[in-house]
Amino acid sequence: MRAGRIALQALLAVIVGGLIYGAFINAADNLARAHISSGFGFWNNSAGFDISQTLIPYSAGISTFGRAFWVGLLNTLLVAALGVVLATLLGFTIGVARLSRNWLVARLAGGYVELIRNVPLLLQLLFWYNAVLKSLPELRDSIVLPLGGFLNNRGLFLPRPVFAPGFGAVGAALFVGILAAIVLHVWARRRRERTAAPIPVGWWMAALIVGLPLAGFALAGFPVAFEWPQMSRFNVIGGLEILPEFAALVLALSVYTAAFIAEVVRAGILAVAPGQTEAAQALGLRSGATLRLIVVPQAMRVIVPPLTSQYLNLTKNSSLAVAIGYPDLVQVFAGSVLNITGQAVEVIAITMAVYLTISLVTSLLMNLYARMTAIVER
Amino acid sequence: MKRIATALSIAMLLAFFAQTAWAQTLQTVKQRGQLICGANGTLAGFGLPDPQGHWTGFDVDFCRAIAAAIFNDPSKVKFVPLTPANRFTALQSGEVDVLSRNTTWTMSRDTTLGLDFAAVTFFDGQGFMVHKSLKVSSALELNGASVCVQQGTTTELNLADYFRSHHMALKTVTFATADEAIKAYDSGRCDSYTTDSSGLHGERLRLTNPNDNIVLPEIISKEPLAPAVRQGDDSWEDLVRWTHYAMLDAEELGVTKSNVDDELKSANPEIRRLLGVEGQFGQSLGLTNDWAYRIIKYIGNYGESFDRNVGEGSPLKIARGLNALWTKGGLQYGLPIR
Amino acid sequence: MAAIADTPVLYVRTAPAAKLPPPAAGSGFIGWLRVNLFATPGNAILTLACVALIAWAVPPLIRFLFIDAVWSGPNREVCLASPAHPEPGACWAFVRVWLSYFLYGFYPIAERWRVDVFFAALALGIAWLGSISAPRRDLGAVYFFIVLPVLSFVLLYGLPAIGLAAVPTNLWGGVLVTIVVAAVGIVASLPIGILLALGRRSELPVVRWLAIGFIEFVRGVPLITVLFMASVMLPLFVPQRLEPDKLLRALIGVALFASAYMAEVVRGGLAGVPRGQYEAARALALTYWRMMGLVILPQALQVTLPNIVNTFIGLFKDTTLVFVVGIFDLLRTIEAARGDPKWATPVTAGTGYAFAALFYFIFCYGMSRYARGVEARLSRGGRR
Repeated sequence: MRAGRIALQALLAVIVGGLIYGAFINAADNLARAHISSGFGFWNNSAGFDISQTLIPYSAGISTFGRAFWVGLLNTLLVAALGVVLATLLGFTIGVARLSRNWLVARLAGGYVELIRNVPLLLQLLFWYNAVLKSLPELRDSIVLPLGGFLNNRGLFLPRPVFAPGFGAVGAALFVGILAAIVLHVWARRRRERTAAPIPVGWWMAALIVGLPLAGFALAGFPVAFEWPQMSRFNVIGGLEILPEFAALVLALSVYTAAFIAEVVRAGILAVAPGQTEAAQALGLRSGATLRLIVVPQAMRVIVPPLTSQYLNLTKNSSLAVAIGYPDLVQVFAGSVLNITGQAVEVIAITMAVYLTISLVTSLLMNLYARMTAIVER
Repeated sequence: MKRIATALSIAMLLAFFAQTAWAQTLQTVKQRGQLICGANGTLAGFGLPDPQGHWTGFDVDFCRAIAAAIFNDPSKVKFVPLTPANRFTALQSGEVDVLSRNTTWTMSRDTTLGLDFAAVTFFDGQGFMVHKSLKVSSALELNGASVCVQQGTTTELNLADYFRSHHMALKTVTFATADEAIKAYDSGRCDSYTTDSSGLHGERLRLTNPNDNIVLPEIISKEPLAPAVRQGDDSWEDLVRWTHYAMLDAEELGVTKSNVDDELKSANPEIRRLLGVEGQFGQSLGLTNDWAYRIIKYIGNYGESFDRNVGEGSPLKIARGLNALWTKGGLQYGLPIR
Repeated sequence: MAAIADTPVLYVRTAPAAKLPPPAAGSGFIGWLRVNLFATPGNAILTLACVALIAWAVPPLIRFLFIDAVWSGPNREVCLASPAHPEPGACWAFVRVWLSYFLYGFYPIAERWRVDVFFAALALGIAWLGSISAPRRDLGAVYFFIVLPVLSFVLLYGLPAIGLAAVPTNLWGGVLVTIVVAAVGIVASLPIGILLALGRRSELPVVRWLAIGFIEFVRGVPLITVLFMASVMLPLFVPQRLEPDKLLRALIGVALFASAYMAEVVRGGLAGVPRGQYEAARALALTYWRMMGLVILPQALQVTLPNIVNTFIGLFKDTTLVFVVGIFDLLRTIEAARGDPKWATPVTAGTGYAFAALFYFIFCYGMSRYARGVEARLSRGGRR
């Protein structure tokens, strides 16, 4: 029996190893015979193509394929980060709304979840991009926004703040404010635990975080200027440009993921035993305080793991950018770079490795969190 | 028993992987009874299936000509629509026998991608299309314009080069397919759309209001379009190359689809060699000696294919220009068959 | 007892409390409104906001989809704004003209009955296997997982030997491709997923680590990159004469992708089977495969059926991603038809997407209702 098991495993290892080996030999053979260059030498070659949104300096003439990779990766991360924030806000709102005692609110939230979850993300993305954002007015008929912004089918153009050197003081003030607020919070909690008398410090904290930087801002002599978008012959020039591709992707991703997050939140809240709520109410807590102090902390333990996997899904789904021409990692790297270099194996391998790394690191953090909350559990 | 069967199947699998058949393409094609041709699939005039799945176009006719030469039957071709993204891998991996998909012959593609270009079938160059309402008459006025372009093409690289060398600001909006790029241009997302000028004429017809758009006169690049084959199969490359030159020679000699039967009796030795009445030229390609006769009989000469698909006889109405015969001021020069 | 009764109890009333007014009516229409919509002032504001939202969104939508819609016509002229029709709604005429392309792609018109037969055969299989009370579901499983794939292949691809002309896959398109990709994904992912799940829970380290490696790898990358790999790299990994078909490559990619997700769902189900079941099966001297096949898996799959269906819903939606490898599924055919200058109008895109959304919604919502039905049924059983 034992020998059989070992034999079975050895056999399996040989099969899989053989398949992988065969594929490698075959690929190497095919590539060598076809005189396709291989290796990662292309990384430092000049890219030569242009990218529509770059968070780090990039120019078609000088920058390398490696630089293009980082541009694409940063664009992916930007979309993912913004999408995660918006999806969380929307998802929590809708998840709570689904449990509302208000019949209409609960029904509307339920309808949202059903509609969004049952229509493919790609379809929603194309809808936002082709049916909504492309039907905005053309450049010449731009909607002029207050404070000098423009909205048209080429994007949203806003004034861009340009920070003067003195702005560092504001940042420092903000840092000090946050630090002071944390200290205040800790002090208030210790005191409450000792004396059972609640001290309302919320306003003080807000004042510290907002007021200190404002004061610093005024003292430094308002060290910020704005670069205004200008209408030129072809385009709006200058200012902060939000591409319609970017907007469509963020919208689609956050609206879609919010529906799933709403379900996660609902399940999390329902997982808290009703006796907990009833006990809190019996102690005279208001429903807001019940939610904040009793239900949410317990629900979070159930919510966080599936929530993380929704965040990961959102990040992976951002690769749909390729369908509407937003320059994310897949579009720039597995698109333009792959086509120009022709080195499919290397490029796809790098792309997959990036997503895999993001996934594995996130699950690692997730496991850490689970272990931490498990210790707190009594 | 089960174990032995498993072990056997693994052994077979391994053996299967070990031997890679990089066979003679012509042999493979003949055995298969069908040529597999990588074509465009979305470009009117060059390669486009109609709703019934019947393919037409200049590049498509070139593949039919090869099929006619091999099988005496121009319908023995299967067309595989390819994107710029997968066209080279499709050829490298053997999915298609020949890549006839308005592909630019460049040095890096020739030397690093494991393929060889047979002959330039179409001299093209990159141009710009703009909305008439912009009142632009030259590409040099496009400073600061946004341009829609398909990614992964030489077009994308030329565009950046052109704007850089003329010190003009550029906003590119890149799309994975030409279809999406042209739709975006049509909806006003960009001021201009750029691709090979042959493509511009075809795409213009698909816009909502073709007459509101013009093609600018500048040609900013050399785009010699050529069919490609896998590197290392020289006799197959010869066959593809000479298919083109046979069509060109036929035009030079005045042999057309309609008079080819009469020309069989011609006394002109060049025509007699072309049509296989004299010499063993077909056999040296691995075909029968009437190979070129078949091509002309079914497809016609180069000029006929050009006119029918992209020239005056088509909606595209592209002028012969660089693609006129060398005797008429163009660059197309048929090599001698002898 | 008496002692307690005698002690004066200070916190107990000695006189009856004043009568409270009766609680607000909780029944009847008004009562229902009061409880569910206007319980508190904040609640009332929320309700009014919702009503405003509905009033803002729904009537224009209905106008667009039905009232202002154009139902038939020869070309885009009927869908453009005109004095008689200042705000044109959905251009259903466009969908009607292109409908056969959306359904079959370029499939030869004379052979389309084969596609219809395939759809019917698939529907039969789903109904047989899906309804819990259907007779002989074991035969149904054989039909669905063995007979149907062979039958479908012969029908769709053709078998010249029996007079069905071969139809190469590059002519397939539209709903046909969507259904084929989804069906292949479902039929392939369930068995592979079960094997992977068993592998992941196996006591044999090599088996376990291979399963974990595969599952975590596939789940860690986006489907688009898996499809890219299947379409671009697969041809390099196999000998030239295999020449995997383009659709087949995408199918392999989708099947592998779905299997990894299915494996995790099945693993959840396996974890839900009590230990005693394993021990009892072992005590009866069942071999590993008999134990799994006869005792554990039937229970595990039953428990996790709703999750399996949810995975299918995800898979069905993911079929739209085959567009990256140039395959014409429903969404791609709509995108292609949208480019037809004969029908280029400002509403064409919206109409096409509305049609696609309706199609996907009907299928996905149907599946999710089914999953919920099964769940309710199972939990009834569990409460017994």
